[in-house]
Amino acid sequence: MDVKDIIKPENMVYGKTKLLTDNILHYCPGCSHGVVHKLIAEVIDEMGIQDKTIGISPVGCAVFAYNYIDIDWEEAAHGRAPALATATKRLNPDKYVFTYQGDGDLASIGTAEIMHACNRGENIVVIFINNAIYGMTGGQMAPTTLLGMKTATTPYGRRADLNGYPLKITELIAQLEGTCYVTRQSVETAPAVRKAKKAIRKAFENSMMKKGTSFVEIVSTCNSGWKIPPVKANKWMEENMFPFYPLGDMKDR
Amino acid sequence: MGDKVLMKGNEALAYGAIDCGADGYFGYPITPQSEVMETLMKEMPWETTGMVVLQAESETASINMVYGGACTGKKCMTSTSSPGISLMCEGLSYLAGAELPCVVVDVVRGGPGLGTIQPGQGDYFQMVKGGGHGDYHTVVLSPASVQDMYDFVGLGFKLAFKYLTPCIILGDGVIGQMMEKVQLRDKTPRWTEEEIKKISPWACTGKKGRKRNVITSLALDPSVMEETNLRLQARYRKMEKEDVMFENYKTEDADYLFVAYGCMSRIGETAVDMAREKGIKVGLLRPITLFPFPTAEIDRLVPQLKSIMSIELSSGQMVEDVRLAVNGRVPVGFYGRMGGSVPSPEEILNALMNFIK
Ligand SMILES: Cc1ncc(C[n+]2csc(CCOP(=O)(O)OP(=O)(O)O)c2C)c(N)n1
Ligand code: SF4
Ligand SMILES: [Mg+2]
Repeated sequence: MDVKDIIKPENMVYGKTKLLTDNILHYCPGCSHGVVHKLIAEVIDEMGIQDKTIGISPVGCAVFAYNYIDIDWEEAAHGRAPALATATKRLNPDKYVFTYQGDGDLASIGTAEIMHACNRGENIVVIFINNAIYGMTGGQMAPTTLLGMKTATTPYGRRADLNGYPLKITELIAQLEGTCYVTRQSVETAPAVRKAKKAIRKAFENSMMKKGTSFVEIVSTCNSGWKIPPVKANKWMEENMFPFYPLGDMKDR
Repeated sequence: MGDKVLMKGNEALAYGAIDCGADGYFGYPITPQSEVMETLMKEMPWETTGMVVLQAESETASINMVYGGACTGKKCMTSTSSPGISLMCEGLSYLAGAELPCVVVDVVRGGPGLGTIQPGQGDYFQMVKGGGHGDYHTVVLSPASVQDMYDFVGLGFKLAFKYLTPCIILGDGVIGQMMEKVQLRDKTPRWTEEEIKKISPWACTGKKGRKRNVITSLALDPSVMEETNLRLQARYRKMEKEDVMFENYKTEDADYLFVAYGCMSRIGETAVDMAREKGIKVGLLRPITLFPFPTAEIDRLVPQLKSIMSIELSSGQMVEDVRLAVNGRVPVGFYGRMGGSVPSPEEILNALMNFIK
């Protein structure tokens, strides 16, 4: 049988998501950002809401998210995406509005903006990529960096007395009256990917029900920042990140 | 035409916003301009025009809310006073870089630091020269009456959308707090979704039947970033050609000229009249647009003048632009008060007399 006989629509078991553009991803091999982009694109496609969705990209490795998912995008200043999302959604309540933010963006420089957007119960979706490091600027300590973890600015490992403690911001967010759905997921295995996609879909659906903010954290890997190759990084994440950042729903109402 | 109503400058900003069809106001309380949001909250325009009003958690958030609303082609504004403007400068730079229209009001108080809640004009450098990082300008309007406060919101949006830039209304605590009669205008309805798609085809209105719209100020390729800069600079040159605004007060036969904006132009006009009673021919030029600056008008007046004096509530900021326009042809003096103090007309006239004697 020729390969052309095999590549037929009826034999297709998997195809590229329609809403992903043909631009070459700039992410490092093994990086979680690409997988999460794909899930968001699939959810928007499957819900048929391409013309009703506005994404807000952060400052961080995902700043170029707008090159990859074929929807309208706003690029925010570092940490400010939730403020943009607040106005975008309030002025356009018929639109699905989501922010896509890293841990430095969301849990450090943008702590005030995320806390208050969530506390106001803005009807938006927040996708939070927690890779415990500043990927874009070359692997410096993030607020979520684990104790003992080596980064460019904690070359001997993060110490509580010098650098403070890793911030469990998602647990804080779950306490806020304005949030309706707060969950922590990961994308390192096929089952995890399927669960994360379900969570993202639920978050998007919530945003039209006037229930408040939906917040999806994805515990992620950063191979370049961690200086660990992809397969080992997944294992390192499971062994070190998951005990401190346990997966699962924190709130669903 | 609507009614004539007595109101405060800050209240006029609020009514100006509602009446010109603004879509969103986002702000954070600070004296001397808190009445803007208070008036809007009392009027509840979301029940009438559909305008959104929101108290943000900080000026950083409010300017970024303005950014988020502007991305969708809506007429969004914020107002604040000096310390708040410092926080907004990051956002202003992003708005300028992303070529987004909006209106930002600075009801200036004395500084630096927490300063005073009394009026000042010490934010001239910050607002007229840019404020945030990078090579940019914004349109800067200077109101000198409560009527101006009302009218300049609509005018600000018109210029902001013409040039795809933030427009600053650079007021001061005097104009914000004083009460005057205002002639209300016919109400302009808010733009419909269809109108927004026509007026701002670049806006994030949902990707359908076109390429996706991306609002960003980022370009890693220097040649692309330089193109953005050249486009911005071309717009600034166009502003200088088409939208310089100023007012002359008794300049036709003037031997001496005050240059003053905002509340100082009001005090300056009284000083002009006092001088003329003494037989000294003084006039006053009031820039209405501080950017673009009325350089050509100063240039036109210089040949008839013996000297010029800039009067400001600062240590001398606008005077630098006056000196550039005069270019050494006649002496340029300066008189100013700082830290919230406002000079009397007599004081200004004395300063002029000392300068020219
Ligand atoms: C105001 C400001 N400060 C600092 C930076 C530099 N900067 C760019 S990305 C970044 C950190 C991003 O880390 P994170 O949000 O965790 O995203 P990641 O790259 O890890 O996905 C920093 C500090 C900036 N662009 N703007
Ligand atoms: S630096 Fe880290 S977060 Fe950024 S693309 Fe590479 S792996 Fe991903
Ligand atoms: Mg990170």
